[in-house]
Amino acid sequence: MDYTYTYLILLLPFLSFLFLGLTGKWLSHRTAGLIGTLVLGTVAVLSYYTAFEYFTADRVNGIFQTLVPYNFTWLPFYDEGLHFDIGIMLDPISVMMLIVISTVSLMVHIYSFGYMHGERGFQRYYAFLGLFSMSMLGLVLATNIFQMYLFWELVGVCSYLLIGFYYTQGPAVAASKKAFIVTRFADLGFLIGILIYGYYTGSFSFDFTNTAVYLNGAAPGVGAGLSKAIAGAGFILPTALFLMFIGGAGKSAMFPLHIWLPDAMEGPTPVSALIHAATMVVAGVFQVARMFPLWIQYAPDTLHIVAWIGAFTALYAAAVACAQSDIKRVLAFSTISQIAFMMVALGVCLPEGSFTDNHASLGYMASLYHLFTHAMFKATLFLCAGCIIHAVHSNEMEFMGGMHKYMPITHITFLIACLAISGIPPFSGFYSKDEILVAAFQYSSALGWIMTGIAAMTAFYMFRLYFGIFWGTENKAYHEKHKPHESPAVMTVPLIFLTLITITIGWILPGTFGSYVSATGKAYHIDIDMNVAITSVSIALISIALATWIYARNSQPIANRLKAAMPQLHKWAYHRFYIDDIYQFVTHRIIFAHISRPIAWFDRHIVDGFFNFLAWGTNATSYQIRTLQSGRVQQYALVFLFGVLILILMLIL
Amino acid sequence: MLFIGIYGFLTRRNTLAILISIELMLNAADINFAAFNRLLFPTGQEGYFFTLFSIAISAAETAVAIAVMINIYRNLKNNFVDTLDKLKW
Amino acid sequence: MATTIIFYILAAIILICAFLAVTTKRIMRAATYLLFVLFGTAGLYFLMGFTFLGSVQVMVYAGGVIVLYIFALMLTERQSTNEKSPISLAKKMVAVMASLGGAAMILFVILTHKFLDAALSAPSEQLISVKLLGQQILASGKYGYLLPFEAVSVLLLACIIAGLIIARKR
Repeated sequence: MDYTYTYLILLLPFLSFLFLGLTGKWLSHRTAGLIGTLVLGTVAVLSYYTAFEYFTADRVNGIFQTLVPYNFTWLPFYDEGLHFDIGIMLDPISVMMLIVISTVSLMVHIYSFGYMHGERGFQRYYAFLGLFSMSMLGLVLATNIFQMYLFWELVGVCSYLLIGFYYTQGPAVAASKKAFIVTRFADLGFLIGILIYGYYTGSFSFDFTNTAVYLNGAAPGVGAGLSKAIAGAGFILPTALFLMFIGGAGKSAMFPLHIWLPDAMEGPTPVSALIHAATMVVAGVFQVARMFPLWIQYAPDTLHIVAWIGAFTALYAAAVACAQSDIKRVLAFSTISQIAFMMVALGVCLPEGSFTDNHASLGYMASLYHLFTHAMFKATLFLCAGCIIHAVHSNEMEFMGGMHKYMPITHITFLIACLAISGIPPFSGFYSKDEILVAAFQYSSALGWIMTGIAAMTAFYMFRLYFGIFWGTENKAYHEKHKPHESPAVMTVPLIFLTLITITIGWILPGTFGSYVSATGKAYHIDIDMNVAITSVSIALISIALATWIYARNSQPIANRLKAAMPQLHKWAYHRFYIDDIYQFVTHRIIFAHISRPIAWFDRHIVDGFFNFLAWGTNATSYQIRTLQSGRVQQYALVFLFGVLILILMLIL
Repeated sequence: MLFIGIYGFLTRRNTLAILISIELMLNAADINFAAFNRLLFPTGQEGYFFTLFSIAISAAETAVAIAVMINIYRNLKNNFVDTLDKLKW
Repeated sequence: MATTIIFYILAAIILICAFLAVTTKRIMRAATYLLFVLFGTAGLYFLMGFTFLGSVQVMVYAGGVIVLYIFALMLTERQSTNEKSPISLAKKMVAVMASLGGAAMILFVILTHKFLDAALSAPSEQLISVKLLGQQILASGKYGYLLPFEAVSVLLLACIIAGLIIARKR
């Protein structure tokens, strides 16, 4: 099978970025949008084709082969034998991610046509979307960890550019800076991890078992992990992997590096859908999944630490989401929570026999399945939120309520997505979340019950949001003035498409997803564990009922009573448990005041002062000695004479 | 005589007096050449000829210097070397 | 013996006149003292047996240059040519120190240097004839001075022209 066309998947969006970026000023909005969307459409078609070809090809030993169509040595370090490569690797998870990314990106492109209509900077927006698509695709197709890091940073840059799209407004600028700095700070850990890893194992490649098939004369990257004895592997490799995970934690908004994601909602809503729900934030999960063979063989305990971090993050985010009033913030915290679910799923994999036994690594498959389904329904939710915001011109729930009368399509799609995220069959979310719970119970029943509880909270706050928007107390005065209307077709078609996927993927793939993506690569049929399923569904239904009881009516007396009963808890949850304020305090009061300011003072007064002093000294000295140049011949002769006498003196002595 | 000439050069204010001091210095050097030739190299004539040429050149140079002084006098109306200090900072 | 006495007399004349030339207040006197110095120098040349040199000295220097000076002094004479205001003492002291210091150094060098033995032998009384002189100046061999001769002639030409141009009337 010839996969030479795969480079187009990366090249086309990049060309679109360059073209729109350079000439966008002179293109009309329509042209720019069309170019961007067409390019992404082509990329989507290519991705589907690649996936079709890949997954229908023959398996070798029951495993899908890892194929590497391209791999160039980019930077060789001859002494160490290390080298940075750039290439494309086709692997079950990367091909799956291709489908996810290209689908969501295409939907966002189409949607933005309507959402960003008339905005200033339309062409720039599409250019950045193209760049982002290229970066994310490059990240998942990376053949070695350094290439992944490269595209990781690119994705961060695109996130910065897109969050700060409305750069004339203060909050957007601040949010984009925050996102970039927090993720960059986490990437420091990532880089150190890469360096330690490369130094000790002698290779950056992902080809851990040296079984990849290199097509088209691609340069083989020798993988180090499993086929090479690692000296001192005792704690070096877990440390390196954990440092890399810190980078992933920053990008995937794990506690305490999650602070940037709620503020990143300052960007346009389609951007939030694409970057902060479906693709960029799962980069951390993807990274752990990529390095999973190393994690499970050499650092299983660290993997369990990852699971607990994920569990805590999920709990924290769910708690905060229950008290937010801005719909995008609720969705942001929901994203944090769901990604934490994915991390937990990866983290609960058990080491014994896991590389030959898919059952113990159920978490791996569950995590990636949840990634797939979550991308779809979260993108739906964000795009619906975009429609609502577009109709009401505000993010706050107080301006909404009773919207089901005005926006039927949005209403239905939002409801379906909410059901999916709460884990109600037959929607896709049920299947993926179920598998995560099964895996969690396998590892530790305590963790299993915690995750179940969080799933209940998820259902609760999602339905609180749903009722708050579409039922509940309607802001009649506001709705009289600005009549909310349904969105145009260009915005609703993507919603419908994604919803259809959400509905159908669940039926199609429960047992068969594992046949494509699993820890060992072998096909893995999952049956639904009835105990866990019934427990989770019933708990979800109870939460939904609770939310309906509290929020569905025209007024919410119970909610107000609860709020009055526990004012502190509500206030703390509303302010996100003051984590942001702690960060502000630490950075402003401690770091800025006591470290940065003295250093700045030092730089300005001592370093600069030294050079100013040199200049001043030269100036003063020259002022003093310029009288030597008096123009008087006799003085010159005197100096001349002195010089001659001194020379004679030196000669005779 | 050399150092007398130097003292005069440094002390006098009239430019022509300075030129006189220069003459003194040149003459001192000439005497030196001739004396060394006489005492140290009785068989050679180099010092002799050098002195000859030196006298000729001093005369020429004095002529030019006086011409310059006359010109300066015409422009500045005085002969003091203190006024010739325009080439300064 | 006689040469030594004459030498000392001439040296005294030269030094005293030189000193007076640089310290007198009136320029005309300075020029006159310079004239006496030049005569003394010519006498020294005659004493050393360089007759031609001495005559050249008298002709060119004492005759030509001093006349030139007198003319220049006459042309630029004014009230201000007399040194009215005294020179500052500091300047004088500095110049004296410089001169005396320099003189001490040079004298030290001269007196402690071991001159060749040839110096101590009596100078030959052989006079250099003008014929020999002429032949030497215009010779182009090893000890010939043709080139400097020509060069000096060109220099004189240049100085004549320079003098004319610089000092012409506008």
